[in-house]
Amino acid sequence: MNIVVCVKHVPDATADRQFESDNTVDREGVPGLMSELDEYAVEQSLQLKEKRATGDGGEEVTVTALTVGPEGAAEGLKKALQMGADKGVHVVDDAIAGSDAVATAKVLAGAVRKLGEVDLVVCGMASTDGAMSVVPAMLAELLDLPQVTFGSVVESQDKEFRIKRDGESATEVIGATAPLVLSVTDQSGEARYPSFKGIMAAKKKPVETWSLSDIDVDAGEVGAEAAWTAVISTEARPPRSKGEVVADEDGSGAKALVEFLASKKFI
Amino acid sequence: MSEVLVLVDEVDGAVRKPTYELLTIAKRLGEPSAVFIGGAEAADAAVEAVKKYGAEKVYVVDDSEIKGYLVAPKAEVLAQLVEQASPAAVLVPSSVDGREIAGRLAIKIGSGLITDATDVQPGDDGPVTTQSVFAGNYTVQAKVTKGTPIIAVKPNAAAPEETAGAGAVEKFTPTISDAARKAKIVASQPRQASGRPELTEAAIVVSGGRGTGGNFDPIEGLADSLGAAVGASRAVVDSGWKPHSFQIGQTGKVVSPQLYIASGISGAIQHRAGMQTSKTIVAVNKDEEAPIFELVDFGVVGDLHTVLPAATEEINKRKG
Repeated sequence: MNIVVCVKHVPDATADRQFESDNTVDREGVPGLMSELDEYAVEQSLQLKEKRATGDGGEEVTVTALTVGPEGAAEGLKKALQMGADKGVHVVDDAIAGSDAVATAKVLAGAVRKLGEVDLVVCGMASTDGAMSVVPAMLAELLDLPQVTFGSVVESQDKEFRIKRDGESATEVIGATAPLVLSVTDQSGEARYPSFKGIMAAKKKPVETWSLSDIDVDAGEVGAEAAWTAVISTEARPPRSKGEVVADEDGSGAKALVEFLASKKFI
Repeated sequence: MSEVLVLVDEVDGAVRKPTYELLTIAKRLGEPSAVFIGGAEAADAAVEAVKKYGAEKVYVVDDSEIKGYLVAPKAEVLAQLVEQASPAAVLVPSSVDGREIAGRLAIKIGSGLITDATDVQPGDDGPVTTQSVFAGNYTVQAKVTKGTPIIAVKPNAAAPEETAGAGAVEKFTPTISDAARKAKIVASQPRQASGRPELTEAAIVVSGGRGTGGNFDPIEGLADSLGAAVGASRAVVDSGWKPHSFQIGQTGKVVSPQLYIASGISGAIQHRAGMQTSKTIVAVNKDEEAPIFELVDFGVVGDLHTVLPAATEEINKRKG
């Protein structure tokens, strides 16, 4: 079984993230890391590999970590390899800068196609920067595959996959047959930390670097120029001015709270 | 004026409030046409409901062939309707399913997609959207530059306006591919109704964090006295005290109510991403150093287990 896990290198969500003057995300001035939510996708991929390797006959499973982005994005791949992915693919091309979700999905789809026979494409539930949660669906559409997304529990037997998800109004079990696109939530299981052994082993794992021409994607289809959407303006939200904070003493806190709510006409 | 397609958000045939918000926005951009994909028996009631909010036309699509097949068939329905109606825009709810339907549709019809819009206004060359990004620290305005704008709109993006529409029914029979029928819901457990408002739609949200110690009675008591929804931080969900459907934050629900009361929540960036755009923020926390206090309009440093019940009692007394 061949698993591809998509990982994104993003600006650290706990740092002071901002936009460049051209309204693209500042990816230089803020420390980057693999999107926290992609760790769960890597974890699920590795768990699948481990389960299948020890099952009947010991199926061979290869986990390939795939990323799209500038040079620095290799850091995200490294994390996936340290966690236990077998190899890495980094699509890097100057033409990709400023790509929107559609273009990103096109590049990912091109890379998955080049990888050949892929049974499972695993993604996180969202990136921690753009956070649109649409790339897995777009990728499925481009590859003409079914998608089972937002899985909190993943079970599989041969090519049959079942995931559990918290839907809008119900908890659902969704089934589909591989090949398919899967996305998992942060409820799907604690992601492992790279072990010392894993960190050392990652240094020897193969990482291929591909350009757009390697994956048959036309440079004219990606990047800021080709984006199907445009940002008109970005504006830092004015910081909230800290209001009154009182200490509760013998019930004074509750009284003050009720007074505040009444003054704002919430009662 | 061109049509603006609005995908009707319904649960078991009952039209949900975000649909009326989408229709209100659609009216700003053109002639609202609702797209109802559901059971034939529920169609009449849905048509009546959307008519009241300005739907000039209602495309009724019988879902008996595609029920339970997740988002791909709905994307095919919308793609075929776009081809037939050449609308000025397509509006869908920015929910898990809505965004994915929009994502597949964008690829199918070669059109740009914007998700998580908190406002949509007509512009010189198509709709202009507003989104809140980076945990609510930035406001972004954007537009679609290619094809038919597809916009996924968040709940509470507009106040629904009642206005009578013609509501002309047009039955539409889509062609659904086999490829779209590959991911299927094989089991479904409806969530128990709490009797409280839906979290993302509520005007007031009272949420609890680690400081509750798993006891949500004070949170629920205060919520009920205010007619509020109940939410939780990730720590609460991770501890198994509340299911994931309660979670507010980056990996849970993003809420933007008139009033948000955080109790026993320290206010990590991941939580702030889910509530920072609330109009009024109140916090109750034992730790006066908790970062949540930096955001509040009003805060109480104290034990939620005593402050909340006392406040609830006082509110109930005032209500008489």
